Amino acid sequence: MSLLSPVAALGRVTLGLLAHLGRVAIFAAQVVSHIFRPPWYPREFFHALMQIGWFSLPVVGLTALFTGGALALQIYAGGARFSAEAVVPAIVAIGMVRELGPVLGGLMVAARVASSIAAEIGTMKVTEQIDALVTLSTNPLKYLAVPRVVAATLAVPVLVGVGDAIGIMGGWLVGVNRLHFNSAAYLKNTMDFLEVWDVSSGLIKGAAFGFLVALMGCYHGMHSGRGAQGVGAATKAAVVSASVLIFAANYLLTELFFS
Amino acid sequence: MIELSGVHKTFGSNKVLRGVDLTIASGTSMVIIGGSGTGKSVLLKCILGLVTPDAGQITLDGQDVTRGDRDAFLARFGMLFQGGALFDSMRIWENVAFRLLRGTLKRSKTEAREIAIEKLRRVGLGPHVADLYPAELSGGMQKRVSLARAIAAEPEIIFFDEPTTGLDPIMSGVINDLIREIVTEMGATAMTITHDMSSVRAIADNVAMLHGGKVRWTGPVSEMDATPDPYVQQFIHGRAEGPIESLR
Repeated sequence: MSLLSPVAALGRVTLGLLAHLGRVAIFAAQVVSHIFRPPWYPREFFHALMQIGWFSLPVVGLTALFTGGALALQIYAGGARFSAEAVVPAIVAIGMVRELGPVLGGLMVAARVASSIAAEIGTMKVTEQIDALVTLSTNPLKYLAVPRVVAATLAVPVLVGVGDAIGIMGGWLVGVNRLHFNSAAYLKNTMDFLEVWDVSSGLIKGAAFGFLVALMGCYHGMHSGRGAQGVGAATKAAVVSASVLIFAANYLLTELFFS
Repeated sequence: MIELSGVHKTFGSNKVLRGVDLTIASGTSMVIIGGSGTGKSVLLKCILGLVTPDAGQITLDGQDVTRGDRDAFLARFGMLFQGGALFDSMRIWENVAFRLLRGTLKRSKTEAREIAIEKLRRVGLGPHVADLYPAELSGGMQKRVSLARAIAAEPEIIFFDEPTTGLDPIMSGVINDLIREIVTEMGATAMTITHDMSSVRAIADNVAMLHGGKVRWTGPVSEMDATPDPYVQQFIHGRAEGPIESLR
């Protein structure tokens, strides 16, 4: 074995990764360019909007509810160490709208939506339905990817907004019933400390995460391998890559918005 | 007329097509035969532009298929896929009328549905299947629906990829007869890929055998049985012994 073998192996991996990133970037650029060019498929868009937005509401809502409650308990326990229990409403609200609402909402949508998009499109690919679309003069990217990406980009901020409200309500429920806060004082504290930018920055994050989730689902579905194993691998890759990209984008957007 | 000259296609280290030359005259039915993995489906996908050849030229009525208006080019084709390739989220009539519900051939929903039901009737399916989903139909019925979709926009050229695979002999006979009747009454150019010899005899005007990435033999179906080519003879008689290597 040559001394340079490990370096060559590292180089191969790096080149492979860069090539993969390049393919994803080209795919994203194609999707975005098709958003502004007809034909558009409103029926597929509204169907995707229902699937991604409406049907994700229970899972996002429950996640936010329990996270808000747990956050209130943690902040109360931590704040008690230096007599700062009163910050619970403010920290729950800011924590939910700036970070936990968008990130956890994005992750739950990634688990639910990226997997289902990748499995659906991957199955269409292995059963030649995508080839059939082409022979029927329909661009698969425009017909399958664009409606899903646009729907997710619009639906996830709404889900995040609803999740934020439910998360704050979870904190309020625990604060009032378990930690014996005064209900009106808790709500006033929440409203006093929240700023418009806290909420809107979280919604912008939600839009970015929605775009990434649907993009990864469509990309991995369209590049799915053959057979059940290929579709399974595409589904797994879609969820993993969407989740990692959500964390990376969250850091970058937080740097951009708040540093 | 469809003309292929020197078409090559390689996937990784696998040279699938090694210089295919073939001519399919307008209004005739060409059947491509050959063993599994000889590149029959790849050849068909090259013509449609679903796979890009590495070398060679494919022309339709003298025009290079890679140039010109792609939508106008594809509008001339209909295709029946091996597994049907029906869209399982859509009802049967929506599958059949897919092309009539969008794009340049768009009709009103009512008109598209009427045409879909008429095409379903043409392939022997009643109007009661129109509102079902593909998963509710048997394999033979799905093939018929796929055939109805292929002819819905009355294309000039129809491709059939393994039209009888997975069907019992009676249903295979029904599908073969339907293909022959429809191609004749529409005056369409047809290209069929199969290794079912009963399909070849029922559908073909001309036959081409693909082997080793090239057209090994081509000629009228009436001359197929008499050809001395040992590859063709081994294939059409299904012999294990002969020049075509088989794994045992």
